[in-house]
Amino acid sequence: MADLISNLAGITSPNPFWLASAPPTNSGYQVQRAFEAGWGGAVWKTLGEPIMNSTSRFAALHFNGKRVAGFNNIELISDRPLDVNLREIADTKKRFPNHAIVASLMVEPKQEKWHEIVKRVEAVGVDGLELNFGCPHGMAERGMGSASGQVPALVEQQTAWVKEVATTPVIVKLTPNITDITATAEAAAQGGADAISLINTINSLAGVDIDTWQTIPNVDGLGTHGGYCGPAVKPIALHMLGDCARHPNVDIPISGIGGIATWQDAVQFLLMGASNVQVCTAAMHHGFRIVEDLLDGLSAYLEEKGLASVQDLVGQSVHRYSEWGNLNLNHQVVARINQDVCINCNKCHISCEDTAHQCIGRYTDENGAPYLKVDEDECVGCNLCSIVCPVEGAIAMVPKPNGLPPMSWNERQAAIAND
Amino acid sequence: MERSESIPLNFQEVEPPLSTQEATDEATRCLYCYDAPCITACPTGIDIPSFIQKITTNNLTGSARTIMEANPIGASCARVCPTEELCEGACVLNQTSKPIMIGKLQRYATDWAIQNEKPLFTAGKRNGQKVAVVGGGPAGLSAARELALLGYAVTVYEAETEAGGLDTYGIVSFRLPKRISLWEVEQVKSLGVSIQTNTRIGVDLSLAELQQSFDAVVLAVGMANVPPLGIPGEELHGVYDAIDLVKATKSTTLPQQFQGKRGVVIGAGNTAIDGATCAVRLGAENVKVLYRRTEAEMTAYQFEYEFAKQDSVEFRWLVSPIAVLGDEKGRVTALKCAEMALAEADESGRRTPIPTGATFVIKTDFIIKAIGQARHRWLDDVGIATHNGVISIDHHYETSVKGVFACGDAIFGQGQGEAMVVAAAEQGKQAAYAIDKKRRSQRAETSA
Repeated sequence: MADLISNLAGITSPNPFWLASAPPTNSGYQVQRAFEAGWGGAVWKTLGEPIMNSTSRFAALHFNGKRVAGFNNIELISDRPLDVNLREIADTKKRFPNHAIVASLMVEPKQEKWHEIVKRVEAVGVDGLELNFGCPHGMAERGMGSASGQVPALVEQQTAWVKEVATTPVIVKLTPNITDITATAEAAAQGGADAISLINTINSLAGVDIDTWQTIPNVDGLGTHGGYCGPAVKPIALHMLGDCARHPNVDIPISGIGGIATWQDAVQFLLMGASNVQVCTAAMHHGFRIVEDLLDGLSAYLEEKGLASVQDLVGQSVHRYSEWGNLNLNHQVVARINQDVCINCNKCHISCEDTAHQCIGRYTDENGAPYLKVDEDECVGCNLCSIVCPVEGAIAMVPKPNGLPPMSWNERQAAIAND
Repeated sequence: MERSESIPLNFQEVEPPLSTQEATDEATRCLYCYDAPCITACPTGIDIPSFIQKITTNNLTGSARTIMEANPIGASCARVCPTEELCEGACVLNQTSKPIMIGKLQRYATDWAIQNEKPLFTAGKRNGQKVAVVGGGPAGLSAARELALLGYAVTVYEAETEAGGLDTYGIVSFRLPKRISLWEVEQVKSLGVSIQTNTRIGVDLSLAELQQSFDAVVLAVGMANVPPLGIPGEELHGVYDAIDLVKATKSTTLPQQFQGKRGVVIGAGNTAIDGATCAVRLGAENVKVLYRRTEAEMTAYQFEYEFAKQDSVEFRWLVSPIAVLGDEKGRVTALKCAEMALAEADESGRRTPIPTGATFVIKTDFIIKAIGQARHRWLDDVGIATHNGVISIDHHYETSVKGVFACGDAIFGQGQGEAMVVAAAEQGKQAAYAIDKKRRSQRAETSA
């Protein structure tokens, strides 16, 4: 069986699946249940000056009959006393010495505040620290969380303060609520971070109740923006992960976060440069037991790929993630419909006809049976038809050789400049 | 089935409705095909993907309107259509998983409209023209509804106490409760259509009178009762007409005389199944369906056949009745039957049953005739051309008498497709459009 042991900047865990700092890691009871279920590590719910939380706190985006395509929260950091959390961390670490316990921290941007909390949490035996520069609500209004995380200089400064006293690896958790996440990633690296984790939640308003006209969620008639996560954010997280992973000045390991719900999601994050992954929404949706399939599916996948260790996956697709200017503009694919599989729902036809390039025609064969056919000369290979097709294998996007040599926009511009 | 000691319980609708969750889940499964084959397969052309899509967004008024717009008796059809042969049979998901439960979703949306008393349509601006519709069944109601939407002042003449025709009186309650059909009648009435019940044309009013008072007349008279078997003894006490029997089960008090009795049903169409299952549910101890051909030739829908078997109805093939036997009080005691065999297929492709010569006697307490429906003979008397009792029409639903149109079962048999409720509804619509087209062109000529 493939080795699932993962290593993030020296923090090892039996497997790459950590629970992210969030409601699931609020207490020793929960984290111990998670470890018993099979989770490899946990980032404890953010410690700091205990705060008050509101009710209600969560909301979700349901889509087409499926619950929780996206998830939104306005919960703040831990509302439990620091010494209670520290005692439970110590107990948990004693019971699970091989599992990773990382303390998420958030304090005011003051050197002595950081020094104090780092010393206190390291004293109870945590394996690492994660600096929460990401939380987009509540704490940000007090100058913490994403208020710090959106300013590269503050990220760098505070990371450096932590590094002055930390003896365990320091992970900086980044907010996605910034135009270019590599700016803060670079700042974290400059500040001496041992790793970064991303993404934290995205600013969001979950909805408006069309019966009452209240926001969703609403707290006694008022709502506020919260942090968005869950399956719907995965593509955003992957893009930010890839941007950091390929950045020459961000040469530190990355813990991937954002919408991971299945082992396939995890594999994608690992391939795009994450050394491990953190999960929250999927566990909140289904409970800790989901880790069983995460582990099982990942093991089977590694075996099928003939890989000895999960670490062999890390970063394998990063070099394939590039700039648009490097894409081969002479590469051509076209849609092809497999008549044996097609069920004639005509969804490809109408989507192409109304919103793409009008190249899927409806015909009738000699027996009077309807069929759909792509005009390959007109097809621009946009993929829309294969995306809307509800039947696996009915539409393939196939390469169409055109005899042209590979040429990207950048190569074209360079060639013109050299003329 | 679990037969209840309480007979009324046996006549409650057997098919449970979808819950909101079930309906939403099922509606979400619909692919929302473009130019979907289910629409083409529906004789009334309901925009099925649209009404299902509206269920997913909880736009149930819109969903019911989409259904009822195309089919004025869409709530009844949700229950009685042979959906596996129509919409559900055409569903593209037959090829990958299982078809969408279109009938049940249609029932969900229309039930919602019924329960919430949502007005779905408003009558068109009156155009000063008047149309009489003879017969308030599926075809007549459908024609009346379309004509009212087009602005005609419509009067429906219905022979029975209540309108709805087959849906009200001819389909067993455990498939189609009367209240559903009566809701459809109310929908038509709400558009200002006048429904004169207990009024039989040819008795209470003549066709000529209607022709005089109205700009057009629609004959949607359906068919008459079951014809005679033509065998000795059929006048005995205990011989019933299946259509009358079903009608009796749709009145307030259910017939009591079948409890603990043995009976036979002659015929193997859907009406025969209805007669047999009604008899069982009325407490008959044993009911046998006798058919002179075999299972392969029976005209009942497969789901009706399965349903009857579940109701413990027995089926005897290749049996033809030759005489009803009775006691001294004139009550049925037995049926003498001939054993049949099938000849080779004739030119029409159908295999004719021929007696083998063997006969036998089945002891029975009652006999239900279900060998089809007779035609209305009075049509010939008023000069409406018919062929084998079927009203002859042109391509525009107009009969041999100008200004008199026909639709529904009265025209079935002229290559007008299967005699389904849903087909009658569509013909009603088409007859209405034909009248409107003709009236418009006449008005254009007059004003020119």
